[in-house]
Amino acid sequence: MPHFDKRDFPVFEKYPDIAYLDNSATTQKPQQVINAVNRYYSEENANPLRGLYDLAVRATDVYEKARAAVRKFINADSAAEIVFTRNATESLNLVAYSYGRQNIREGDEILVTISEHHSNFLPWQILAKEKGAKLRFLKCTETGEYTAEMLKKALTPRTRIFAIAQISNVFGRLNPIKEFADICHENGTVIVCDGAQSVPHIPVDVNELGVDFLAFSGHKMLAPMGIGVLYGREELLEKMPPFLYGGEMIEYVTLCGATFAELPHKFEAGTVNAGGAAGLHAAIEYIGELGFGELEKRENALTRLLMNEAAALPHVHIIGSDDPDDHHGIVTFTVDDVHPHDAAAIFDESGVDVRAGHHCAQPLHKYLGVQSTVRASIAFYNDESDVHKFTECLKTLRRRMGYGE
Amino acid sequence: MANNFYNEILTDHNLHPMHKHELSVCTCSRDGINPSCGDEIVLNLNIKNGIISDGSFTGNGCAVSQASADIMLDLVIGKSVDEAKRLHGLFMKMITDECSEEELEELDEAAALKDIAHMPARVKCAVLGWRTINEML
Repeated sequence: MPHFDKRDFPVFEKYPDIAYLDNSATTQKPQQVINAVNRYYSEENANPLRGLYDLAVRATDVYEKARAAVRKFINADSAAEIVFTRNATESLNLVAYSYGRQNIREGDEILVTISEHHSNFLPWQILAKEKGAKLRFLKCTETGEYTAEMLKKALTPRTRIFAIAQISNVFGRLNPIKEFADICHENGTVIVCDGAQSVPHIPVDVNELGVDFLAFSGHKMLAPMGIGVLYGREELLEKMPPFLYGGEMIEYVTLCGATFAELPHKFEAGTVNAGGAAGLHAAIEYIGELGFGELEKRENALTRLLMNEAAALPHVHIIGSDDPDDHHGIVTFTVDDVHPHDAAAIFDESGVDVRAGHHCAQPLHKYLGVQSTVRASIAFYNDESDVHKFTECLKTLRRRMGYGE
Repeated sequence: MANNFYNEILTDHNLHPMHKHELSVCTCSRDGINPSCGDEIVLNLNIKNGIISDGSFTGNGCAVSQASADIMLDLVIGKSVDEAKRLHGLFMKMITDECSEEELEELDEAAALKDIAHMPARVKCAVLGWRTINEML
C-alpha cells in the first residue's frame, strides 16, 4: 500500500473543516514541497548558471536536477527539451510568439478546439490577427468529445498548428492525443498540447503521445506557483528564436548582435526560479512515491461518488459525459435558477471551496449556451467526507435561495 | 468562510423584485455590465424637476446584482437627485466596511448587503445598480 497521509498537507491541519474542491485551479502543497523551497532559500541559494563559486554551483545543481526530474517524469528524450517557464500560460505564449511568429504566414490556418482554456486560445487569436492567418475552431459534441474524423475533416493543407488540451478544464474529458498527433503529422501540422489538467492526474509520456509541444504548470501538481514547463521537440526548439531577451540566455553580445545560449537556456532569459524548480522536483518525487495507480484510483472513486450523488438531484445538470470515468476529477455543472456565483458563495458558507464562472473558457460556454457554470474538481488528497459535505450543501442550494426544494 | 449574506431580504428581492419591469415614461436609461459574473442590467429613471419620480430595471445576473438594484430603487424613488447621490456615497462607504450604525440605518434594506464587503469578488455585483445610477445622475 503506497504511503499517503493527508497530514502531509499543512493547510488541512490549519483548516480541518474545509472541503477543498478547486484543485483544477490550483492544488494545495505538501510539507515536502514547502521544505524543498525552504531548504533552497536557507542552504542553496545563489544566482544559478553563472556563478563561479561553490554556492552558485550548488544552486545550479538544484535547478538542473529539477529539470532532469521533469524530463524523466514526462519521458522526454533530453533535458534540452525541458524549458522552465512561469506556468502553462507562459509556455503556450512562448510557442505562439517564437514558433508561431517564425512559421505562420498570411493565409495559413491555425486550428483550435472550441473548449480551449483562454491560455491556449488567445495567443493563437493574436498571432492569427498579426499574421493575417485564419483562426478556425474544432467544435465538440454536446458531451465534449472530439474524434479523429472530426479532426481529419477540419484539417486543410494550410493548417500549420493544432492547439488542444489533453484534458479539458471544463469537461474533464481525455482527448486521444496520440491519434491526433499522428493525423496532424501526416498533414504537416504541428500539435501544441495543453497538459495543465492532465500532467497532474495521469501518466503523460511525450514520446508515446508524439506531441510537438506540451505545456503545464507546477502549481496544479503540488508545486509552488510561478514554475511551469514547456516541453518542445528538440529539432523544433533548435530552430526557434528566443522568446525573451536579456541575461542568462546569451553566448556572446556585441553592440550590433548576439549569439544565443544553447537549449534550453535560450528560452530562459533573466534570473530563473530555482526555488520554484526545487519545489517542483519535490512535487514530482511526492507523486512518484504515491504512484499514479493509487492517485488515479482515489480520484476516480471520489469523482464517481460525487457525480452519482449530484446527478441524482433534480435541477442539477452536469456538463459533458454521464460516465464519471470520462471526467478525471472535474465536474462542471449548473443548478436551475441559481447563478453560479451565488452557488459558490453558498458552498463557501458551508466550507466547500468550488469555482464558479466561465473557467477561462468563454467561447465554450457561449457554444454550450450557458452563461457560466460551477466546477468542483478533485485531487487524490480529498476524501469521502469532502464529497459528502459538497453534496449535502448542493441539496440545500435552491432552498437557501428561496426556491421550493 | 463567509458570513451569510443570502438572507431573506436578498433572496426575496431576487425572487420577487418590485421594480424589475420596463418603464413607460422615462427620461434616461443606461446599461450596466459586470463582466465577472456576467451580470447585465438596464436602469430606467424618470427624473422631473430634480426628483426621481419613478424608476425600474431589466436584465439578468446573479442574485446579489439583481436584488441590490431592486433594493436601490426602493430607496431612491421619490428622492431628489442630490439625495440619491448621497445614498450612493453611503452605500459605497458601507461596501468598503467603514459605515457607522446611523449611516447603516439610512440605507435601510440595502444594509443587508453589508457583509459583501468581506467578499471582494462579489462587491462588483452589489454595486452594479448603484454604479449605474450614479453615472446617470
